[in-house]
Amino acid sequence: MIRLSASEMAAKLANGETTSVELTQAHLDRIADVDTDVHAFLFVDTEGALAQAAAVDAKRAAGAKLAPLAGVPLALKDVMTQKGVPTTAGSKILEGWRPPYDSTVVTHLKNNDIVILGKTNMDEFAMGSSTENSAYGPTHNPWDLTRIPGGSSGGSSAALAAFEAPLAIGTDTGGSIRQPAAVTGTVGVKPTYGGVSRFGLIAFSSSLDQAGPCARSVLDAALLHEAIAGHDPKDSTSINAPVPQVVAAANSGDVKGMKIGVVKELNGDGYQSGVRTRFEESLELLAAAGAEIVEVSAPNFEYALAAYYLIAPSECSSNLARFDAMRYGLRVGDVDGASAESVMNLTREVGFGREVKRRIILGTYALSSGYYDAYYGSAQKVRTLITQDFNKAFEKCDVMVSPTCPTTAFKIGEKSNDPIAMYLNDIATIPVNMAGIGGMSLPSGLAPEDGLPVGFQIMAPAMADQRMYLVGAALEAALLTKWGAPLLSQAPVLAGK
Amino acid sequence: MALTYDDVITKYEPVLGLEVHVELNTESKMFCACSTIFGAEPNTQTCPVCLALPGALPTVNEKAIESTIKIGLALNCSIAPFSRFARKNYFYPDMPKNFQISQYDEPICINGYIDVEIETDEGPKVFRIEIERVHMEEDTGKSLHVGGATGRIHGAEYSLLDYNRAGIPLVEIVTKIVPGTGKYAPEVAKAYVAELRDILRSLGVSDVKMEQGSLRCDANVSLRLIGAQTLGTRSETKNVNSLRSVERAIRGEMIRHAELLNKGERVVQETRHFQEETGLTRSGRSKEQAEDYRYFPEPDLVPVAPDAAWIETLRAALPERPSIHRKRLQQAWAVPDKEMAAMINADVLNIVEATVNLGADPTKARSWWLGEISRIANDKEVAIAALAITPTDVAEIVALVNAGELTDKLARQVIEGVIAGEGKPVVVIAARGIKVVNDDGALMAAIEKVCGEQPETAQKVRDGHLPAAGALIGAVMKETKGQADAARVRELLLGHLGQL
Repeated sequence: MIRLSASEMAAKLANGETTSVELTQAHLDRIADVDTDVHAFLFVDTEGALAQAAAVDAKRAAGAKLAPLAGVPLALKDVMTQKGVPTTAGSKILEGWRPPYDSTVVTHLKNNDIVILGKTNMDEFAMGSSTENSAYGPTHNPWDLTRIPGGSSGGSSAALAAFEAPLAIGTDTGGSIRQPAAVTGTVGVKPTYGGVSRFGLIAFSSSLDQAGPCARSVLDAALLHEAIAGHDPKDSTSINAPVPQVVAAANSGDVKGMKIGVVKELNGDGYQSGVRTRFEESLELLAAAGAEIVEVSAPNFEYALAAYYLIAPSECSSNLARFDAMRYGLRVGDVDGASAESVMNLTREVGFGREVKRRIILGTYALSSGYYDAYYGSAQKVRTLITQDFNKAFEKCDVMVSPTCPTTAFKIGEKSNDPIAMYLNDIATIPVNMAGIGGMSLPSGLAPEDGLPVGFQIMAPAMADQRMYLVGAALEAALLTKWGAPLLSQAPVLAGK
Repeated sequence: MALTYDDVITKYEPVLGLEVHVELNTESKMFCACSTIFGAEPNTQTCPVCLALPGALPTVNEKAIESTIKIGLALNCSIAPFSRFARKNYFYPDMPKNFQISQYDEPICINGYIDVEIETDEGPKVFRIEIERVHMEEDTGKSLHVGGATGRIHGAEYSLLDYNRAGIPLVEIVTKIVPGTGKYAPEVAKAYVAELRDILRSLGVSDVKMEQGSLRCDANVSLRLIGAQTLGTRSETKNVNSLRSVERAIRGEMIRHAELLNKGERVVQETRHFQEETGLTRSGRSKEQAEDYRYFPEPDLVPVAPDAAWIETLRAALPERPSIHRKRLQQAWAVPDKEMAAMINADVLNIVEATVNLGADPTKARSWWLGEISRIANDKEVAIAALAITPTDVAEIVALVNAGELTDKLARQVIEGVIAGEGKPVVVIAARGIKVVNDDGALMAAIEKVCGEQPETAQKVRDGHLPAAGALIGAVMKETKGQADAARVRELLLGHLGQL
């Protein structure tokens, strides 16, 4: 049962073949079974999940009209606040903190009767591409436990790939939903910026952060997308417009006459050969499905990574200033006679990991008087140029596509001491965040040389998220026909359990 | 040897710069829905947003934007079609986010002015104070440092934090530099703050109570030799909590600067704290090692882009400027300056105006509000506006007195009754049985009785010693329970004793 898609589970719940309690228990059992190996979860809310499941079952028994995903379990990235449930953002500095309020995403999940199984592992404060930066130890890729599951939403992607949950919430600041989806053979969507409320999302970089759905199929992602999206008066940057009709798009998958733009700059040198093979194959399948493949250029994408590593650290240096031991979380050095300043310093020294400190220092420097224009100011100009590149390209095509990342999953520890190599992993995903548009990654097969999953990225203009789902559904259907079974059924590690 | 103020101004020209912080009187905070009521139990008016819990986001209070635009319009500013919030980053325990949301290079109102008038040796003179900007920001929480010598964080045993004030909307009004005031610098500064306070009060956007901190002034002063073009080094005096202190602080700083400059020393650019007891300032933190606030646009808030039509609606609804309004009333009512000042100080001008508009004579309306009603308000320690008496009531009472239905003394009883909640004037009059004794027969009976009881006094009056009549009149009034018209009693009494 745990290997079904979320929509299949929902159907079985609706027709009485199973109950939410049964389904939830099956996933809790699976977590107990495999999570010592995978380490996708930081906290499993057994009681809360079963109580929620029982409540949904009771509602259903009483004949209440329920939401499409009612009773289906989900794994929540630990960066989202959930009232009363430990929320750490993967950091020591928040160890033991239980938020007194629900994030808007959690409110939506609860209103949709989606059962929250627990909180998933992540790079500390979402800073990283491997989940190795978690203060609570790395998560392992279910395809090969010696490899990374991507990051920062690596706990969410691994939970899906290990069948510990059929749905998950991730957040994406520079690729943190799409890259983990790519390297675990799952589907991840970063909606248009402002499409999903950030209220209750512990901020890394406010102007780039965006929560989104993670799943094992395009339709499941769409169902979850519609459940969590919509205008939120508690988030000033939330878009006040109707939610794009992504479920209808995922059900249709009709790409006849659509123009698909291949980004010249996001291909070729630096991309693993198997990644390129799978990408070319996907383009052929989309062409066969009736889409027109065109080439587009985005000359300013080459500056995206550098600009990102000024904007994101700058915002994080300010966003993370609130972790000062005064009101919540870790407190170190609070001995007789210690000043507030020394407690703040010691707490931050002990509570933050290396990567977080690296970015706080970088951002503090970039915002300093005398450097602001050269660094933060220039980075904002690059951001405008990237947006213009997208706008121009979208005059020639309906969506843009590229490989999600240059390589398949690397080994745990392989890039830990080389931050630049780590940062390069996000080269194809970052431009989407810089422009505030939508991006999706879905599996396009395995790289022949290492047998690991490769991701296919689809980018759509702001508030046209449904286009990603049209193209994603078309490609997914074509690939499924070719493979005969979902890609995840080939994952070797999972075969034994 | 200390310099005198005259020594200073014969040699130096002061240049002013004034920054005024105003707490808006919105019901909720700048970026969340928490209440702004003053004086609640510590940390009871807080939420995830103003406590800066992880994940919480600010949203802008529309009412605060409206109030700020009104202020900008009243100060003749341009309203920016597009302005932004910015983060001012620094660590301090009473600031929950460790950054303050403020406005930096894109404020909402710019380039305004107000004219203030002061008395000079050559008569009244108008000074134009140019406004550089009006911007919005949020207040910090409050720290209470316990055990230290001066209530400062250094040397304190522990500190208590109250976040009720964190996030209260503040508006900062910054002038351009103000040269050319010469020896009148302290008076001009005081007049500016007073004018600003009156304008803000007339707009209804703030309580403008300097003593409670809802209006706070920072005074920047520098000196330069008369005729010099370059500006001197300024000091910034904080904690100036009354209009009188504004004047004293500037005067004091001018003397302090001149003493340093005369000795060939330099003025340190720093923050100074005004001390009410001495009228002097003491050094605060030096700005020599200027803090780097790392300002950048607040990414959690979309830019403020007020609709042009809305701005025009607000402009059309602006009240008459208080100083102009006052001049108009003073002329129309022919009120002496001193009386005018008394009404303004007692904050009864608008109430008196409303009473006059209902037909009351300006002099009588003024004397009731400023006299009897003010006295009762003082006794009860409440604001006049909080008393249960309206301009309509007072206008009615004035009319009854004019018609001879009430004496001044009886009118006081009616006022007392209305304030005590006994009802409208006519109800009080009926219930208390208040009426003027107009019956000459009854009055004569009382006069004869009183003269019989005080034959010696009556004889004095008969002998032409008229001041003695007062005692007899008083006794007659007492006899008639205050319900007689004293003027009629006097007339009848003097007639009775052969003095008419």
